[in-house]
Amino acid sequence: MAENTDNILNEVTQGEYKYGFSSDIETDYIPKGLNEDTVRMISSKKNEPEWLLEFRLKAYRNWTTMQMPKWPQLTIPEIDYQEIYFYASPTKKEGPKSLDEVDPELLKTFDKLGIPLHEQKALSGMAVDAVMDSVSVKTTFKESLAELGIIFCSFSDAVKDYPELVQKYMGTVVPYNDNYFAALNSAVFSDGSFIYIPKGVRCPMELSTYFRINALKTGQFERTLIIADDDAYVSYLEGCTAPMRDENQLHAAIVEIITHERAEVKYSTVQNWYPGDKQGKGGIYNFVTKRGLCKGDHSKISWTQVETGSAITWKYPSCILRGDYSVGEFYSVAVTNNYQQADTGTKMIHLGKNTRSHIVSKGISAGHGQNSYRGLVKVVAKAENARNYSQCDSLLLGDKCGAHTFPYMDVHNETAIVEHEATTSKISEDQVFYCNQRGISTEDAIGLIVNGYAKEVLNKLPMEFAVEAQKLLQISLEGSVG
Amino acid sequence: MSVEQQYIDLFKQHKSLIFDKSSPVLNEVREEAFANFERMGFPTDKQEDFLYTNLSKVFEQDYGMNLKGLDIPVDPYEVFHCGVPGINSHLYFVVNDQFFHNQTYKSTLPEGVLIGSLKDYANSHPELVKKYYAKIAETNKDSTVAFNTAFAEDGFFLYVPKGVIIEKPIQLINVMRADVNLMANSRNLVIIEEGAQAKLLVCAHTMDYNNFLCNRVTEVYLGENAHYEHYKLENTHDKMVNIGSLYVDQQAKSSLVVNEVTLHNGLTRNNVTITLNGEHAQTILCGMGIGDKAEHIDNHTFIHHAKPNCTSKELYKYVLNDSSKGAFAGKILVAKDAQKTEAVQTNKNICMTKEARMQTKPQLEIYADDVKCSHGATVGQLDEEALFYLRSRGISEHEAKMLLMYAFVDDVIENINVQALKDNIRMLVEKRFRGELDDCKGCGSCS
Repeated sequence: MAENTDNILNEVTQGEYKYGFSSDIETDYIPKGLNEDTVRMISSKKNEPEWLLEFRLKAYRNWTTMQMPKWPQLTIPEIDYQEIYFYASPTKKEGPKSLDEVDPELLKTFDKLGIPLHEQKALSGMAVDAVMDSVSVKTTFKESLAELGIIFCSFSDAVKDYPELVQKYMGTVVPYNDNYFAALNSAVFSDGSFIYIPKGVRCPMELSTYFRINALKTGQFERTLIIADDDAYVSYLEGCTAPMRDENQLHAAIVEIITHERAEVKYSTVQNWYPGDKQGKGGIYNFVTKRGLCKGDHSKISWTQVETGSAITWKYPSCILRGDYSVGEFYSVAVTNNYQQADTGTKMIHLGKNTRSHIVSKGISAGHGQNSYRGLVKVVAKAENARNYSQCDSLLLGDKCGAHTFPYMDVHNETAIVEHEATTSKISEDQVFYCNQRGISTEDAIGLIVNGYAKEVLNKLPMEFAVEAQKLLQISLEGSVG
Repeated sequence: MSVEQQYIDLFKQHKSLIFDKSSPVLNEVREEAFANFERMGFPTDKQEDFLYTNLSKVFEQDYGMNLKGLDIPVDPYEVFHCGVPGINSHLYFVVNDQFFHNQTYKSTLPEGVLIGSLKDYANSHPELVKKYYAKIAETNKDSTVAFNTAFAEDGFFLYVPKGVIIEKPIQLINVMRADVNLMANSRNLVIIEEGAQAKLLVCAHTMDYNNFLCNRVTEVYLGENAHYEHYKLENTHDKMVNIGSLYVDQQAKSSLVVNEVTLHNGLTRNNVTITLNGEHAQTILCGMGIGDKAEHIDNHTFIHHAKPNCTSKELYKYVLNDSSKGAFAGKILVAKDAQKTEAVQTNKNICMTKEARMQTKPQLEIYADDVKCSHGATVGQLDEEALFYLRSRGISEHEAKMLLMYAFVDDVIENINVQALKDNIRMLVEKRFRGELDDCKGCGSCS
């Protein structure tokens, strides 16, 4: 059986990254490297108001005083910030008014990605904002959403059209000096998505953004801001891909979510950046700061992520549960194969009374992959009756990979109940044997077991993503049991 | 002047005195350890391993040190009469930082066993002590250990040769006795050779109500098939700071039990580092912390599964009252080839008041695939339903709470294999919860 599984292992781990095409699109760069001028240049290219430039400069100056943190369980090669293009966008003369005006190459790219950018595909019922390299290319369904008062547009448009909203909320959840990569993003962020759901509105469709790094040697720094006013609801999806390149590329994003009273935001990510080849060459560095603030009572933020891509992943989608009775959730499947590394997890900060949080993290390591869960559950003295349950399981496939768990619990209230459970194991030969015995091939058996293992999280994904995520899991892993 | 500087000056000034008062074997590693301390300084809460306890602050207090090794005018054998009913033990004392030599106390030990002052044995058996001394204590990583290695002159030494079994438990009592604020750095070395067995009970006690700081390092080597049990009981007062570092190296098929109980102390920081260095070695590591007032209990453990087929079981429980603070950090590292490892870690805590605070950090770092590892941590309060159940049967609220708390920590006590000690600790814990055990004097084990 060992030989057989080895074959399967090889077949599967040699499965090519199918999103690895690069599009031949004219791209407008600004000179590579990072200094104050770069920051000013990005700002002026986007015709930004003075306050935003000030925000960027403040962040930049702060960033220069900061050091790359050393605490993650990751081996990160030195990043030369002077070798990166901080701004690249598909050249455009005027903003496209209709699909006919969008660069046909670009449309082909999105076709390959299977993004329903065409309005014809309206049946799939998703509003999409596609961000290529750093610039938002086209937002669909804008009009029909606008009728409900929902704002769903690129971040730059939001700065132009709704400056008061952006100014009021930007940086309130992730301050410009929050951490090294947040500061970097705050200085050079180029675009992203902006969502505002007004009071009492339940967004009728899933909102979605596709991010793609296309140009060589560029970094992508997008910024997403989601605001759900009282009683609002939105489910938001984010997907990412990148072409195959020998060099590492940097992706440092910020996501901020604010929910007011009784509002709910569900944020789902399927992250499939290029993970590098089998020797660990190339791939995306994915250093992301995601944080939500449950500002109002009875509000809820739910993070779901399926992390299969990136050479190095470093992200901790977190919830600050400030409102009483607010709820934070985190569901994650992280897969590391070949030489991928992931250090991911969440923070649940309980500030309000009767707040609840639930964490389910499933790590899967194969090949030489290193997978870490790192999380914090904090209950402050005033947070009466806080309740947390965390579960993090690791599955090891192969004897060269690693799985690590670093949970932190800080409880300062006697009425709190905080529980953490973690297990690490491999797929047992018994399980595989059991399936074999019933006529299921080893490959299928492992697929079944892995999908069963991750099911608790996959179930939380919206339909459109669940199918994709399941396929991704199969591609990334199936059969790689040693 | 920085906190470190005064100790750096002190060491430099009194170097020849320290060298003189100790033994050449201990002196050999002294300078290097001191250089390490000079480089690192005292640990602060900015360091990941000391996140919950800022030890640097603790050393800011002004403490005296008995570098001259002056005799303390006390005979602990007179003062302490072991009160553990039925615990027939071999009794030894370390007073402050010196092993207490007594002329009259004789215990009958099997032939070949060496037990007594580390300094003396370093002089009489230099080869033996040199082979083991300061080999596993991480003087280059933990600055309190470096500090200890630089300043410690004496301590306790136990050597059990191949195949020898000591049936009776050995009791080592660390007594603090001084009219001034005092710091003590002492060092213990335990060598259990192939197939040998021993049990050691270490008690921390104080005879005076002054500011005391104890920084004690213990190194334990277990040969193949050896069996060793290490029990530690802290029952002192709120002006006492106890920093204890225990390092254990286990060879194949050896088994180890460590149980650390903190009943009363000002600030406790226990470091336990266990390396399973041979196949089929087993470890049980337990601990309990009962805190009230402003007590601070921090247990920091690290179990390193270096070889395949080893098992480890870890269990820590805390009950925190008033504004006490508890911290637990446990790490299990499974090395690349340590297949078939089984490691279980559990940390459960109860906060009784709003002011009490628990911080916990259970960690798994696993590089082998064929393993069964799990950890669990909880922070909560007493089960309402259980409380109601007891109350509905006519048990008062206070008494019901006592019963539940007592039951909560009992599975830590369950891991003590010396029956007399187990009974005694049960009794002490109950007294402790009832508030009848205020300080050292209330403790029966050596009154």
